[in-house]
Amino acid sequence: MNTDTHASHADAHHHDDGHAHSTFSGYMLGFVLSVVLTAIPFWLVMSGMLPSKQITALVIMAFAIVQIVVHMIYFLHMSPKSENGWSMMALIFTIVMVVIALSGSLWVMNHLNSNMMPVHEMTGMK
Amino acid sequence: MTVAVNPSQTGEPVFYLADEHPHPEGYSTSLGFWIYLMSDCLIFAMLFAAFGVLGANYAAGPAPKDLFDLDLVAVNTSMLLLSSITYGFAMLTMQQNKIAQTQMWLLITGLFGAAFIGIELTEFAHMIHEGATPQRSAFLSAFFTLVGTHGLHVSCGLIWLVTLMVQVWRFGLIEANRRRLMCLSMFWHFLDVVWIGVFTFVYLLGVLR
Amino acid sequence: MSPDLLKLIFGRLGIDSLPLHEPILVGTFVMVALGGVTLLAGLTYFRLWGYLWREWFTTVDHKRIGIMYMILGIVMLLRGFADALMMRAQQALAFNGSEGFLPAHHYDQVFTAHGVIMIFFVAMPLVTGLMNYVVPLQIGARDVSFPFLNNFSFWMTVGGAVLVMISLFIGEFARTGWLAYPPLSNIGYSPDVGVDYYIWALQVAGVGTTLSGINLICTIVKLRCPGMTMMKMPVFTWTSLCTNILIVASFPVLTVVLALLSLDRYVGTNFFTNDFGGSPMMYVNLIWIWGHPEVYILVLPAFGIFSEVTSTFSGKRLFGYTSMVYATVVITILSYLVWLHHFFTMGSGASVNSFFGITTMIISIPTGAKMFNWLFTMYRGRIRYELPMLWTIAFMLTFVLGGMTGVLLAVPPADFVLHNSLFLIAHFHNVIIGGVVFGAFAGINYWFPKAFGFKLDPFWGKLSFWFWVTGFYMAFMPLYVLGLMGVTRRLRVFDDPSLQIWFVIAAIGAGLVFLGILSMLMQFAVSFLKREQLKDVTGDPWDARTLEWATSSPPPDYNFAFTPVVHDNDAWWDMKKRGYQRPLVGFKPIHMPSSTGTGIILAGFATAMGFGLIWYIWWLAAASFIAMLAVGIGHTFNYHRDFDIPADDVIRTEDARTKLLAGAK
Repeated sequence: MNTDTHASHADAHHHDDGHAHSTFSGYMLGFVLSVVLTAIPFWLVMSGMLPSKQITALVIMAFAIVQIVVHMIYFLHMSPKSENGWSMMALIFTIVMVVIALSGSLWVMNHLNSNMMPVHEMTGMK
Repeated sequence: MTVAVNPSQTGEPVFYLADEHPHPEGYSTSLGFWIYLMSDCLIFAMLFAAFGVLGANYAAGPAPKDLFDLDLVAVNTSMLLLSSITYGFAMLTMQQNKIAQTQMWLLITGLFGAAFIGIELTEFAHMIHEGATPQRSAFLSAFFTLVGTHGLHVSCGLIWLVTLMVQVWRFGLIEANRRRLMCLSMFWHFLDVVWIGVFTFVYLLGVLR
Repeated sequence: MSPDLLKLIFGRLGIDSLPLHEPILVGTFVMVALGGVTLLAGLTYFRLWGYLWREWFTTVDHKRIGIMYMILGIVMLLRGFADALMMRAQQALAFNGSEGFLPAHHYDQVFTAHGVIMIFFVAMPLVTGLMNYVVPLQIGARDVSFPFLNNFSFWMTVGGAVLVMISLFIGEFARTGWLAYPPLSNIGYSPDVGVDYYIWALQVAGVGTTLSGINLICTIVKLRCPGMTMMKMPVFTWTSLCTNILIVASFPVLTVVLALLSLDRYVGTNFFTNDFGGSPMMYVNLIWIWGHPEVYILVLPAFGIFSEVTSTFSGKRLFGYTSMVYATVVITILSYLVWLHHFFTMGSGASVNSFFGITTMIISIPTGAKMFNWLFTMYRGRIRYELPMLWTIAFMLTFVLGGMTGVLLAVPPADFVLHNSLFLIAHFHNVIIGGVVFGAFAGINYWFPKAFGFKLDPFWGKLSFWFWVTGFYMAFMPLYVLGLMGVTRRLRVFDDPSLQIWFVIAAIGAGLVFLGILSMLMQFAVSFLKREQLKDVTGDPWDARTLEWATSSPPPDYNFAFTPVVHDNDAWWDMKKRGYQRPLVGFKPIHMPSSTGTGIILAGFATAMGFGLIWYIWWLAAASFIAMLAVGIGHTFNYHRDFDIPADDVIRTEDARTKLLAGAK
């Protein structure tokens, strides 16, 4: 995995790797992108432009994912290289865990509700 | 330091470093703080899970449509976004060693953050006043806890910001303070990322429902 | 004073909170108080307070913190095991109309406390202690990445343990079982302080555990000595890395679940209530997302210990190093995909149950691969049956048995029959005692000479070993039988007299384990008295293979006078084979972190805050919280957190070792 330990020793003498490279244009680009990516979903929901709620929901979730990536790159300065790839590895691992725990919980509880909930309460809940 | 991991010129294997330099102070800090943020991310993930599972259980009480004011949420979101870019400016001026400007941008960031908290508290107060208390339904319990936990994080960030401003004022932009500002930067932008999830999944999807 | 004022000052704490009507508890309290007073008096008489404070309580040395974790684990083992003996005795007696000797509300606290203590305050400290002690030495580092945090983490764990111990004498502990399922643990059904003790003990300790997880990950990732690539790390370091990843990725989940439960109890929210849309089953789902990885958090380091021990005492390189590493990583990820097998009977339906049943069965594959790796390491090895190896062999036999009953339980239809029965109890004690406890004991016997410079006495060690192993089988095999007959867990009295004989056998088994624990304490005492005979000056008493044996026993504060350079995954073995000469000159000052009392002070305030919240003493909670904040912020104003050990001190220490080594030859 991390074959060059001494490489990390070597660059420790420089400034903290990865974080030193932030620039004005990087921040501004990130900011503009995130403003746009925030404004469009709000506008879509508030104006009810799209024909169905399902489509709107999917579109705004897609925007959220894109915006999270934008923040990761331009504000959190994530790159495959920072900390010899360990930051990225930690992030990917966390995303996997989050996806498992979130989707798993929703799946488990949804099945539980449809199996165990008395019918009249079901209608009352939804 | 350059390390001769391979056998030295004489062919003898090297088993220890005769001449070493200690790791610089704060050598592990940015990775350590990043891992902490990942654990925090899981805290939020579980709160999102609770909201996802319980968020439609209104118990015949108010639903998101009756409660959420998207205009206010949009204003609040812009507060947080603006605070993000101003923190970015603080980091840029810090790199140029401009103490006064760094402090100014930190102050502006703090003000945006405080405005965010203020608006959120107003929203909460309004909802509670209308009877939409955290005790009213599982949906509201999950809503207040998720959004409140984010707000609590921002508040902690504000306390941290003030502490750092005092430390920069007293000790200057020394290496330790730069590292701390960098950690807070990660924390602040991380809260932004969480907020993207909050406004999308809680507010926008809630109103759509 | 008016009741209102009293309530303001003491919350719900009153004279009647003291369990004066319970003779068992009063007796225990008298014993503990006498013991405590003797201990404190002794410390004062021998003027040890200053020494303890300077050298131990405020230390940031990973080795001393590791030893303190081990002491905490062993002390709490005595408490947790006392609970076990009481349960076994109660169940053996409560037949033919007898009510036994424990009233229901006391018995329920006993089984809850037993589970909580054994997992959080015995197994976790033992495992964390070993990782803390060994990992930095194995990777050739001087300390962990964040030494102050390490000290703080330890004291937070102690804070949690203290809260559990306080609950014995002030108020009561939870009566809900070790995971405190709602609605039973909700305020409506458990209005007393028991569940609050549970919540705050685990929250305080949980902060410590999470932070120590972050700390050790960073240590392993950032502080490995030159040459030690990931695939040259010792297996124990690998399993520690995976364990700590699991800690960081699962303890936040526990924190959230307990926080939501406390919101339900304190604020009146409706997460896990029966009405207003709450769902108690959500609690079960969430807590097991933490709970299952927790099992692997405990057992992975044990697997690492067994790997080190097997290859050392077989005199061979570990068989299948790469497969061992990949098996560990696969277990780490799979452990996140099996949590529902703890509640197959909840009713999520066939599709969900089959998914989680299959993932559970899959996880036995990498575990089986590890078992074969150990067996092949032993194959044609020159095996020395020293104590660590004996524990390892007992583990292999016992754990396979426990693993197989686990696979049995992974079949959802079988689980519908065996769920919540004593079969389950037998299964998880089979894997936790056979895996984690035996592993910890193997580790203690293996690394004790490293930590103290003398070996543990083999006679008392073997006595302890045989008492433990026979006692374990006698105590838990009957529970398998009872479970198959349909006896459920946590029962206090029984109607069917034909069951009694099995409970009596189990109680005798528990008695044997008790003798095993006494023998172990005896082993420590005897070894200390015979320390001159058992002394090891080489630093490498077992002819071992990894880097921790390259330095002296006990290691100096700075671990290694020169940072080692590694060429092989059995680094020390490689150094010995290729004629490594210990450096005798050229010592330089060594940069080290300084001790600080902030950790213990912060943890003290956190514990006080927990106590205030448990008893509704709001002023205490608020004051402690503010104090904690102030001390924490104050600490960040201290920028001078390390110092240099002068070269002269290093020379003196190293020269002393040179003399010792010369004398040994």
